[in-house]
Amino acid sequence: MRGDAMPFQFRGDIAHADVAFDAWAASLDELFAAAAEATLAVMVESPSEVYQVAAVPVHLEEHDLEMLLFEWLNEIIFLKDARRLLLHPAEIRVGEAPQGCTIEALLKGEEIEPERHRLITDVKAVTLHRFSVRHTGERWEATVVLDV
Amino acid sequence: MNIPTAITKISPTLWEIPVSYKEGMLVPARIFATEKLLSEMDAGVFDQVTNVASLPGILKYAYCMPDGHWGYGFPIGGVAAMDPHTGVISPGGIGFDINCGMRLVLTNLTEEEVRPRLHQLVDRLFARIPTGVGCHGFVRLSESEFGQVAEQGSRWCFKRGFATQDDLDMTEEGGCFAGADASHISNKAIQRGYNQLGTLGSGNHYCEIQVARPENVFDAQLARAFGIDIPNQVVVMFHCGSRGFGHQVATDYLKLFLSVMERKYGLKVVDRELSCAPFRSPEGEAYFSAMKCAVNMAFANRQVILHRIREVFSDIFQRDPFNLGMKMVYDVAHNTAKLERHEIDGKQREILIHRKGSTRAFGPGGYGLPECYAKTGQPVIIGGSMETGSYLLAGMAGGADAFFTTAHGSGRTMSRHQAKKTFRGDKLQRDMESRGLYVRTDSFGGLAEEAGAAYKNIDEVAETTERAGLSRRVARLVPIGNIKG
Repeated sequence: MRGDAMPFQFRGDIAHADVAFDAWAASLDELFAAAAEATLAVMVESPSEVYQVAAVPVHLEEHDLEMLLFEWLNEIIFLKDARRLLLHPAEIRVGEAPQGCTIEALLKGEEIEPERHRLITDVKAVTLHRFSVRHTGERWEATVVLDV
Repeated sequence: MNIPTAITKISPTLWEIPVSYKEGMLVPARIFATEKLLSEMDAGVFDQVTNVASLPGILKYAYCMPDGHWGYGFPIGGVAAMDPHTGVISPGGIGFDINCGMRLVLTNLTEEEVRPRLHQLVDRLFARIPTGVGCHGFVRLSESEFGQVAEQGSRWCFKRGFATQDDLDMTEEGGCFAGADASHISNKAIQRGYNQLGTLGSGNHYCEIQVARPENVFDAQLARAFGIDIPNQVVVMFHCGSRGFGHQVATDYLKLFLSVMERKYGLKVVDRELSCAPFRSPEGEAYFSAMKCAVNMAFANRQVILHRIREVFSDIFQRDPFNLGMKMVYDVAHNTAKLERHEIDGKQREILIHRKGSTRAFGPGGYGLPECYAKTGQPVIIGGSMETGSYLLAGMAGGADAFFTTAHGSGRTMSRHQAKKTFRGDKLQRDMESRGLYVRTDSFGGLAEEAGAAYKNIDEVAETTERAGLSRRVARLVPIGNIKG
């Protein structure tokens, strides 16, 4: 399975009971967006049916890029449980911070409507199993395993 | 074939990987499996169980149960006992879904009585028990009330009229791990959890109506002792856990341990999912207490769901739930760490046991068991896939070697990704209905992931636990109705 608009691919070889994906992009901003879209695609059949009517600003700081991506995806899962929001990445800026790195972002989406969103599987956590963010040649890549 | 060449056969159902297999191993790793089940295990099992064997303070062996498969840090089916004074506690040894567990409830109805109302019953259960992505529960709580749930577990349910004393007696630890302190849980964990009490969730979580057919009863005497004494008796089994709350607790402490493990305690692990802290440290003790909060939330979650199941049966059959014989057989926890007393090298001592995707299975005379199970051993509930059935078993005296622990399910052999490519949820639903199993789900994609062919043979897993002396088969339970998220 492959995302329609975003560069990510689900894989079945590293997490039998859960969901794993690879994401890739030319920039870190795009990589973080691709990982967020992949996470949404695990939960809903048609992410395009999730309308961007509510906006949630996100600001995170971590000591390295891997933990920043880890926390970014955790934030999306937190908002799904705490506020019942399904969210697309809308604006993302990943940059350096005095103690490591930071993300300033806007997530846009709407409250869960089970009939219209055709829900698939609840994502419950981001794991650190095989988790990585790396720069290879011309692009950034990430591998993520989600606990479902 | 993923089996390491260094493995040796201890018995037809037990295998050992020696400490020489990997640098840093402190104890050998032992895997309970037949040759066939061992050959089906993925490479991750062998890698991860031998990583566990390198954790500081581990005692005797790092174990893996017959349903073992790749997990995070520990394999699913992993068991490790630590010296509480010198050993560590690791969220990776417990899992994200803390106290994910199984509950089995009797009825005095027969399959013949339930069949004519099966669709009505399953439809009503599906309507009344929230399932699926981001669902909110039917118990409305404030954030401060949720703290009481986390500290009191099923006892909170008893006070609020959702439980009977008998329900508490039939739950591991009475439905409340002592020492849970809500001051150790984050605001984020509370915000994720306080509206999820009374939700089933999704993935492999389900509520199932099952039948104990006479030909599937292995031990009639034990079955009678557990309340299964009518031909084609209908029972209800369900599987769920601490929902987003438990996951947030695990995530919070995984991060905390990563930040202090090496810097403060000089601990190094080969896999970040094995991040840990000394059990007797401020961080280790805080996690143990927070984990107990999640354990208690899961007990409370299963308890309020049981209350609702009783309401639904009562509505449909127009009889009081207790007139319907809706008594709990038992509630077992899968993902926990506990201080228990066991015999180690001939001496009774307190040890910290991590059980991840495995079930406590005290044999006859096991401490803390309700009086009615003192002679039988603890009821053990092993859930299979919706297509293949599940098992009721009993703990055995021979389980002492594995700290009285047994399997928890059938274990996957096919990834979710592969299952979804191989099966179609809507077709599977129709096929199952033609075979007498009525299933309601929020998600056909999710249903396809749970196809029976994606799992190991539950019969072989259950039989292996019996041959290994871990748990004795009492009855095989065949599903006729199922709701899943």
